[in-house]
Amino acid sequence: MSANTAVAEKYRNNFLKEIEEQVEMGDWVKMCMQCGVCSGSCPTNFQSAWEHPPQELFMMIRAGKREEVLTSSSMWNCTSCYNCIVRCPRKLPITHIMHGIAEYAHRLGMAPKMQPTRFFSGLFWKNCTHTGRVNELKLSMGLYFKDGFVQGIKNGMAMQSVALGLVKAKRLNVMELFGGHKCKDQKGVHAMLKKAYEIERSRKTAKMAG
Amino acid sequence: MTEHVATNETILVVGGGISGMTAALEAAETGKNVVLVEKNPALGGRTSQLYRYFPKLCHPTCGLEINLRRLKGNPRVRLLTLAEVTGIEGSTGNYTATIKVRPRYVNENCTACGECERAVEMKVDDPFNYNLSQHKAAYLPNAMAYPQRYVLDPAIIGTADADRAKAACKYGAIDLDMQEETIQVKAGAVVWATGWQPYDAAKIQPYGYGRFKNVITSVEFERLADLQGPTGGKILRPSDGREAKNIAFIQCAGSRDENHLRHCSRICCMASLKQTHYVREKYPEDGKSTIYYIDIRAIDRFEDFYQKVQADPSVSFIKSKVAKITEDAQGNPVCHGVDTEGYKRYTTPHDLVVLAVGMEPSVKGINIPGHIVADSSGFIEADPANGAVFGAGCASNALDVNRAVQSATAAALRAIQVVNKVAKAEA
Repeated sequence: MSANTAVAEKYRNNFLKEIEEQVEMGDWVKMCMQCGVCSGSCPTNFQSAWEHPPQELFMMIRAGKREEVLTSSSMWNCTSCYNCIVRCPRKLPITHIMHGIAEYAHRLGMAPKMQPTRFFSGLFWKNCTHTGRVNELKLSMGLYFKDGFVQGIKNGMAMQSVALGLVKAKRLNVMELFGGHKCKDQKGVHAMLKKAYEIERSRKTAKMAG
Repeated sequence: MTEHVATNETILVVGGGISGMTAALEAAETGKNVVLVEKNPALGGRTSQLYRYFPKLCHPTCGLEINLRRLKGNPRVRLLTLAEVTGIEGSTGNYTATIKVRPRYVNENCTACGECERAVEMKVDDPFNYNLSQHKAAYLPNAMAYPQRYVLDPAIIGTADADRAKAACKYGAIDLDMQEETIQVKAGAVVWATGWQPYDAAKIQPYGYGRFKNVITSVEFERLADLQGPTGGKILRPSDGREAKNIAFIQCAGSRDENHLRHCSRICCMASLKQTHYVREKYPEDGKSTIYYIDIRAIDRFEDFYQKVQADPSVSFIKSKVAKITEDAQGNPVCHGVDTEGYKRYTTPHDLVVLAVGMEPSVKGINIPGHIVADSSGFIEADPANGAVFGAGCASNALDVNRAVQSATAAALRAIQVVNKVAKAEA
């Protein structure tokens, strides 16, 4: 049984409970009174970018629409401006809940693979944990080539003048493409992260069992 | 005027609004002596500042008149106006209240002829109209003020206007030498009926109250609709005096909000539903009301009132708490938000926005005996620890007029029981 089918089985017909237990800050979802201030305060024009505004997502969770919520790209569009948290009359930490649902969907492998925020998050994490330093050249190159080789070249050409400016100002080193700089204790970083994963895994297993 | 013989068998009622008047009268009519303390120069409180009240849409003057008649005919109620309780000491059956009485500068000789008002020139803000207008510094607090006696604003004292007012009075009613007094009153029980105050709408930052002239509060809207109000009963925009025909009502402005008032103020939904009647009454042809709401709480029997308003084609309901108000070039307030039925974003301009502000108990921040038990919103609880200090009306909960009167009667009954026990012990 995959992780996804295991949790789906455990929380059959009780998606709200699943969110409460598995998602960071998920226990706040039931407090929403559907006033709509969060969506109204959102600076992103959610009608084009967001499929479902926050209070709709909360309603969908209560209605048990597991598939629709977890595969949605909506929560990935949150810009973390915190307007909704500031104005929410029930003090729901909406921004954190959005990130929590997104992270959970990603963990289950249900998040839309090529959603730009998710793609960038993965790229950034891999990039900085590899050497313990962010390699900006590789990071931006990775992002340019997200939608294929041809599009990548196009993106690169479009940003050419910026890149040259950065090279001239000594803010960009083309040699970074080969290896790049590292932190002093690269192995230490890897060991630390390994331990952190371990702790997280055991905590989540305990939660699943409970 | 301030000499009173009060004993441990006296009931002290603090606040002379509809609750305080009711509690005082109910107790006095059973033969108890009552001291009724009112901070303003006239009785009636916020009820007297309403244009009409729900559900029957009668004028509050009617209900108040009945109470004033009962009061005039009852020698057991001693009324102190312009008076505030600054402290209470003692325990059940034996309280001493310290009361500060501000000078009215007008004595009992006043016939309310109005000569002093005509004689003076100085104008001051009129709190009866929520400072939307000014009145002369010699004034009658409102048309049906009780006591029906003029008041001089303290700002006038020492000016030539004060002498003009004195000279104009044919009855020797103006006494410019009156001083503030502090008196002590004994009482066996206290009914605390200090009522409520509208929540400070300026604290709800995204709504722009105070920044945008055409965003007003529901209590101010009552004054606009009232014939005695600043506009003579016309609903006009504060910014340019234009007729406001397309009016938005925003519910839960401050209520049910952890950042403002935690509680549901209970009256605001009905108040806005009632106020849509004003819009139709003033502009029967093209008046238009829009109610933005989270959910309509037309408590218990008032559901039919709600249904009638729903059936009115000039009223539309939008299930959404407005997120933000801005102002366009014409000075129209523009409501921004998301309709939770269909999740559509809206940006809708209106002529006027009325914030249905919540009720904040007036007891908040007032230093009544330290042991008073109040809930998280500041409303006085019915708790044995409060001894014989009983909350009544909106000092005890967010209530409409009807329920405030019920609450006041209950408080009066509790106070009567206390002084009855005192009387038995002393006999």
